[in-house]
Amino acid sequence: MTDTSSTPVKIRPPRSQWWDVWDQFKTHKGALVGLSIFVLILLAIIVGPFLWDMAPTFVDLRARNKSFSMAHPLGTDQLGRDVLARMMAGGKVSISVGLTAMMLSIMLGTTIGVLAGYFRRLEGPLMRLTDLFLALPLLPLLLLMVTLFREPLSKSFGPEGGIFLLIVCAIGATSWMQTARIVRGEVLGLKEREFVLAARSIGTPARRMILRHVLPNVLSPIMVSATLGIASAIITESALSFLGLGFPPDFPTWGRLLFDAVDQMQLYPWRVILPGVAISLTVLSVNYIGDGLRDALDPRIRGR
Amino acid sequence: MLTLTLRRLLIAIPTLIIISLVIFLLLEAAPGDPLGEVPLTVPPEVKEKMRLALGLDSAWYVRYGLWMKQFFWVEPVHLWDALFGTHFGEGMQRVISFQSRQPVMQIIAERLPQTLTVVGLAYLVGVLIALPIGILSAYRQYSWFDNLGTFISMIGFSVPTFFTGVVLIIVFAVKLQWFPSVYDTTLQVTDWASFKMQMRQMVMPVTVLALYNAAQISRFMRASMLDNLGQDYVRTARAKGLTEKVVVLIHVLRNSLIPVVTVIALGVPTIFGGAIITEQVFKVNGLGQQLILSIHANDMPMVMTLTFIFAILIVLFNLVADLLYGILDPRIRYD
Repeated sequence: MTDTSSTPVKIRPPRSQWWDVWDQFKTHKGALVGLSIFVLILLAIIVGPFLWDMAPTFVDLRARNKSFSMAHPLGTDQLGRDVLARMMAGGKVSISVGLTAMMLSIMLGTTIGVLAGYFRRLEGPLMRLTDLFLALPLLPLLLLMVTLFREPLSKSFGPEGGIFLLIVCAIGATSWMQTARIVRGEVLGLKEREFVLAARSIGTPARRMILRHVLPNVLSPIMVSATLGIASAIITESALSFLGLGFPPDFPTWGRLLFDAVDQMQLYPWRVILPGVAISLTVLSVNYIGDGLRDALDPRIRGR
Repeated sequence: MLTLTLRRLLIAIPTLIIISLVIFLLLEAAPGDPLGEVPLTVPPEVKEKMRLALGLDSAWYVRYGLWMKQFFWVEPVHLWDALFGTHFGEGMQRVISFQSRQPVMQIIAERLPQTLTVVGLAYLVGVLIALPIGILSAYRQYSWFDNLGTFISMIGFSVPTFFTGVVLIIVFAVKLQWFPSVYDTTLQVTDWASFKMQMRQMVMPVTVLALYNAAQISRFMRASMLDNLGQDYVRTARAKGLTEKVVVLIHVLRNSLIPVVTVIALGVPTIFGGAIITEQVFKVNGLGQQLILSIHANDMPMVMTLTFIFAILIVLFNLVADLLYGILDPRIRYD
């Protein structure tokens, strides 16, 4: 707004709605702080290992349980492994689990939601399925799935790949229901709108209706639930690791680091607090981003 | 109202049957062997006999049917016997844990009180904290209190319970030594001193769970109050000259509580899920800890029964929430 006020005759350059969304997003202080913290964490995880190139699995038995020092900025653990390197490696796994599981659950949720909302014949069975999944005891089932299928999957995909695949699929398969419900509601509303009627009157096939007219219009709720999905996936993964049912011991994730440090928390509380703070900060910032996005993507609030 | 109740009940039954089938098939598809812990020195023919004794030789649908019969018929009969001293259930095969060879229900009955006291109290405390916070935040929207409440509740559901628990242990059990870090379930409450001991050991687990619940419920309370505060009937009540206290605490609060009550009912079963983690942190030997132990030991009857009980709780409280909504809000009768 300020650039146009100095030269009022200048025509505003065409801008997409995403610039409006960004303008509104910027007014939400919490979301902005959350975004910067999340970017910082991402940078630390992606760029950090290049600056601090100590292997997270390097065991140095002569330097066990060291406190903060120049050689080990965050100290070492009970096997003399560098905690900073392990935190960065753990963050990479935790956040990639979060992102992948979120994508899976959003894809499932969106597909089921759009199908249930658009095709009346599918609505009954798909929504019953959603209700059924909502009635499942999710945490016990997740624990079950992870324990029971750990062995065969690690055999066929390698210990790390197998567990990664298992955890991502398990989290994705148990967290799509909210998205499906929201998307279905939006699609049901959209179907009554004139532009959909117009598109249908010129004979648009269902596939193109969905891809061209329905999906772009339900993008905002999907984006919001995607952001919140990252947060809950990270929490679920770290909870599984914390219960000792996540990744294998020599494969650090934040939850695993916390779990490993709990036995010695009386002596070395920092080793518990660091991964815990990392998880909490990430989840908190992602939740704030989601909050800001929800406001920014809502055209009724935008511009106020 | 009666048709609504009946219809919901009729939907709940097939849901539960499908859920039990899903859990059973999941356990069935898993490659884990309940005899995996048996030493290798045991000869194969003995192992085969053990397998027969556990009933693992029959087809899955036979075992599923058997489990269904045991869960829905034999166990209630035994409960009846235990309650009224009758002997109807003698000779009937109960659901037996592979691990401890005890009836599963007996283990659950032993562990249920621990879970219920910690979890139940935590939920109660959470609700009692959340309601006033929600009311006040809505009444003074965007005040410093509201902003603080929003921030704390954001932290409340972002920080995982296992981390809050561990931090509380480090601060209050290790550094300050105010509370014990491990929950002692052998403690019998007999006199004042042991009662105080019990209270002290319950403080931390209850705080962790209560904070987590309060964070969510207070948000719902706030949103619901805000919805109602803008309604016409509030303006009318004020115009009639009612005091602010009556307007807010009687007119608005009663209407705002309707959705909140259902949210509270829906939250009860999820609490048991959250308790799995909290019990692990504070070493409370409740149902959640038993579930994890049994999963590790491939104790299928125990896992199956426990998971199914969690499922029953979810379905039951969904039903309760639905019915409560129908009772409290006459506008919403689905028939």
